[in-house]
Amino acid sequence: MKLKGRKISGGKARGIALVSRKSLSFLGGVDPETGVIKDTESDIKGESIRGKILVFPRGKGSTVGSYVIYQLKKNGVAPAAIVVEEAETIVATGAIIAGIPMVDKVDIGKIKTGQFVEVDADKGEINVEE
Amino acid sequence: MLNGEHGEIIERMMRLLVRLADIYNADKMIPIGSAQIAGVSYKSIGDPGLEFLEDMAGKGAKVRVLSYLNPAGMDMMQWRALGFSEDFAKKQIRIMDAFQKMGIVVSATCTPYLAGNLPRYREHIAWSESSAVSFANSVIGARTNREGGPSALAAAICGITPNYGLHLDENREPNVLVNVEAKLEYQSDYGALGYTVGKLVKNKIPFFRGIPDNVDTDQLKSLGAAMAASGAVALYHVENVTPDADKVNKNGLEKITITDEDLKETYEKLNTGEDPDIIIIGCPHASIREIRRIADKLQGKKVRKPLWICTSRVIRDLAEKIGLLDVIEKAGANIVADTCMVVAPIEKMGYKTTAVNSGKAANYLPGFCKQNVVFQNIDELVRRAMQ
Repeated sequence: MKLKGRKISGGKARGIALVSRKSLSFLGGVDPETGVIKDTESDIKGESIRGKILVFPRGKGSTVGSYVIYQLKKNGVAPAAIVVEEAETIVATGAIIAGIPMVDKVDIGKIKTGQFVEVDADKGEINVEE
Repeated sequence: MLNGEHGEIIERMMRLLVRLADIYNADKMIPIGSAQIAGVSYKSIGDPGLEFLEDMAGKGAKVRVLSYLNPAGMDMMQWRALGFSEDFAKKQIRIMDAFQKMGIVVSATCTPYLAGNLPRYREHIAWSESSAVSFANSVIGARTNREGGPSALAAAICGITPNYGLHLDENREPNVLVNVEAKLEYQSDYGALGYTVGKLVKNKIPFFRGIPDNVDTDQLKSLGAAMAASGAVALYHVENVTPDADKVNKNGLEKITITDEDLKETYEKLNTGEDPDIIIIGCPHASIREIRRIADKLQGKKVRKPLWICTSRVIRDLAEKIGLLDVIEKAGANIVADTCMVVAPIEKMGYKTTAVNSGKAANYLPGFCKQNVVFQNIDELVRRAMQ
């Protein structure tokens, strides 16, 4: 299944989808050392985002979240790509300064955790294996 | 610039601005006259921010326009005497070194316009700190959105910003009329007014009627700071006072009225503490006029509780030169530079209840610093400091 979105941060990536239906705060919500979700309100708490295609509706919380995304990348525990419904400044900025492919304006309801996903952020295209 | 001929860092910063331009539907990039960058206190940005800034500086990033910083987490000179921890200080110093390496004026203040970074009317700038953004847009009539730390840094490095939001005249028209019937005497009254209006109008652009024509810039900075904190007001107009007030459309706006009763309610709501451990004045950073007024009140007296007056390094140096620092120190109080009660880790320094005359500080202290708050006018604060 092909989904269309908009490029926020360029590049290509492939991996297993980790899908949350809730807004995600990176500051306080993700451990920058391990890439494990620790936000108690999250529906993917305890999961590692490392190497995953991380899918969620939108970011929330502190603007320091952008730096946390950069730190995840430096520590080698960042997601392979980020796919969201709506890019707001915090996550968009984080993906760009960290160099993580990111696409927004995607119908994320069509992606489920565990599916294999290819992201071509330059073209704004997502291929979900069914 | 996008092709990377200026190096990887500039390319990434340029890419950030281009993407933000897309997200906000900007038609083009515009040159900026200056930048003011948030995300400076180690308490706010922690190790993630520190690492990013050191990487940027290490890769040779340099700013192209006059760039200032937000307040840091501590007084960069007298942190030890004030009780800041060694660990915190080490990290904060590394952050400031990274900024300095990038060519940024490491003047850490929320009042850059009082410390040598003064934009002109209609000048496009990229500033971050919410009260500075409000002052620049409203009182000076410069043009800026409220930038995040990385986007302001990107603008400083590239010398441009996306043309959207408050850079466009059509987005600077008021959309709510505020009739002020309340009596405004102290600076804290302006803070209470700002807090009240910010809660009501959220991110709208208020047009004020009924603020006295002789209102001064200290009172306006208190008003704007509180409105930006309790709401997200980045621009306001004041009849007969601010530069665009005569030009904008005042007809057919939603109306609200603020009375003495409203301000009284705000004072009651913001007072969550009884007996302060510390009194902190200077949110936003105190001007030399405010410091002189406080020095006059402290002349020949002794405080029995810590009293900090927060300001920029430039103003502290001036206060020292003209003898005000001496008066204040003899009274047992301090002028603290480069930082403020909101971004300093006061909760880790043993303080539980803080007294302020700032609507903005009263708004943030319970959440950011786990403080109970005493919110009063300056005379009441000085009286409590003597108790």
